[in-house]
Amino acid sequence: MAKVLLVAEHDGDTLNPSTAKCARCAADIESAEIHVAVFAEEPSAVAAQAAALDGVAKVLTVANAANARPLAAVMAPQLVELAADYDYVLGPSTTFGKDLMPRVAALLGVNQISDIMSVEGPLTFKRPIYAGNAIVTVTAPADSKLVATVRTASYSAVASGDSAPVESVDVEAEIPGHTRFVELQTGSSDRPDLQTAARVVSGGRALASSENFDIIYKLADTMGAGVGASRAAVDAGYVPNEMQVGQTGKIIAPDLYLAIGISGAIQHLTGIKDAGTIVAINKDEEAPIFEVADIGLVGDLFNVVPELTEALS
Amino acid sequence: MEKILVGLKRVVDYNVRVRVKSDGSGVETDGVKMSINPFDEIALEEALRIRERGEAAEVIVISMGSSDAQQQLRTGLAMGADRAILVETPEGIDPLSRARALLKIIERESPDLVLLGKQAIDDDNNQTGQMLAALWGRPQATFASKIGTAGDTATVTREVDAGLETIEIDLPAVITTDLRLNEPRYVKLPDIMKAKKKPLDTLSVEDLSIDPAPVLEETAYAPPEQRARGIMVDDVAGLVAALKDKGLI
Ligand SMILES: Cc1cc2nc3c(=O)[nH]c(=O)nc-3n(C[C@H](O)[C@H](O)[C@H](O)COP(=O)(O)OP(=O)(O)OC[C@H]3O[C@@H](n4cnc5c(N)ncnc54)[C@H](O)[C@@H]3O)c2cc1C
Ligand SMILES: Nc1ncnc2c1ncn2[C@@H]1O[C@H](COP(=O)(O)O)[C@@H](O)[C@H]1O
Repeated sequence: MAKVLLVAEHDGDTLNPSTAKCARCAADIESAEIHVAVFAEEPSAVAAQAAALDGVAKVLTVANAANARPLAAVMAPQLVELAADYDYVLGPSTTFGKDLMPRVAALLGVNQISDIMSVEGPLTFKRPIYAGNAIVTVTAPADSKLVATVRTASYSAVASGDSAPVESVDVEAEIPGHTRFVELQTGSSDRPDLQTAARVVSGGRALASSENFDIIYKLADTMGAGVGASRAAVDAGYVPNEMQVGQTGKIIAPDLYLAIGISGAIQHLTGIKDAGTIVAINKDEEAPIFEVADIGLVGDLFNVVPELTEALS
Repeated sequence: MEKILVGLKRVVDYNVRVRVKSDGSGVETDGVKMSINPFDEIALEEALRIRERGEAAEVIVISMGSSDAQQQLRTGLAMGADRAILVETPEGIDPLSRARALLKIIERESPDLVLLGKQAIDDDNNQTGQMLAALWGRPQATFASKIGTAGDTATVTREVDAGLETIEIDLPAVITTDLRLNEPRYVKLPDIMKAKKKPLDTLSVEDLSIDPAPVLEETAYAPPEQRARGIMVDDVAGLVAALKDKGLI
């Protein structure tokens, strides 16, 4: 049996879908027994959601006011203590997991496998390098713990409906006071979450202002889609950073992705290569985005997008 | 603050379209343009700005790799770093060993701040800073888009999936940079000449006597699955028809 510990990502109330995606990856490990660790101030609501995930055998909760916010320096020593009983410790390769898991790996004295995209054997995995231009197969040594992050765009979420036992545990790890949460600014929005939306509409530099971005929002709202952007659009201040799609933004896998006024730089394409259908709207017929688009339309977005919104509403 | 230590990794330039060798033994790096990892250039720029504000006295750049990395260190010196350290390592040294080597340098130099990139764009690991902070037993602030220092603390705004998170950390600490932290300066010719006279010390990783780490073995490289070029439509009506065809609307 392979004992696998997943660290839950959540905001205090709701389990992030990244955890259900990690559970799918963990289930690919031969004879895995999957446990989920929930660190929170008051873990019960999140623990119940984790306990419902298919394939999860047990949920461990660590309640502590220090765990109200996911600070890597605070969580890592606690997770290391729990890891003693496990062969594998997995987290999502979201900003949460990317921050936390290497800290855990170093404390355990092992290297980390970043961004697992497939499980090839008990110790063998595939992961992307060079912005996804190459896929490398890596094998971890047999005699040490395996710490990894899971590329969430490579996995669908497991279903929910089970009810695994929830066990509250005490940890003794010393919690450092050198790292303190100050605030979290989020652009609150009723639109579907970019990372889980079935449809995403993204705009690029061509939008030329934040006011003009309105036509992207209108189209997205007509389609019930989430909204993303290229780095150029974020850098220019048209939209906030959490909307960036790509190598250094979010890696997403919607059923339908619309790239509007986006050239298709390799760093952007890395973020969408698992999308079901890619639609590109660009006035330059030579734009590299057309090389990967399933449906391409050459045209001026300022005419095409309102027309499309109209046609779909 | 006395010293800031900045990591500069030599990587394939971000404009190069990297290809897997036909025999699957690695990626083609012969003759391709090499540069400072873009995130590390941002880290160095930030260190220089902190020094220029009078909040730090010295900026030291460090690279681990072959002697070729001297090139990137010289560029770092030309940007304005005060001195450089090259730790010569075998090809492909693992992130944990890199973090252990950096820790040895920290023990020698006692920096108040270590600035690294959030990820090296070759292996896309995104690990070294977090590992170093863990081994050092100090705070980490990853994916920084804004850094303020005041005495013994730093306030860092981090780009996280939900938006912007601000944390306060005690120094010394490790901060890793995101792209929007700053725009690195261009190097001017006279600075390149001046940089030739700045000190560049070379150590071998054996000099640092770090413990060997359990290493992940890379057994095969393959190109990613290619998406095929699809169809072109003439107008919005064509687009709507194509989407209907695929059952997407
Ligand atoms: C280390 C690193 C990491 C990076 N990470 C990311 C990342 O995560 N995500 C990301 O997106 N980028 C990333 N980039 C940046 C990337 O290289 C590109 O610069 C960026 O994606 C370009 O954005 P864009 O396509 O919006 O702009 P541009 O490349 O300027 O393209 C604009 C496009 O709009 C078209 N256009 C203009 N006007 C119209 C119009 N009226 N109607 C229709 N089309 C029009 C143009 O033909 C052009 O194709 C990264 C770069 C580096 C170096
Ligand atoms: N060989 C190296 N030399 C200097 N700095 C490095 C090296 N490897 C990694 N780093 C630093 O660690 C950061 C993260 O790298 P990685 O964890 O490999 O993605 C980089 O942006 C560098 O700042």
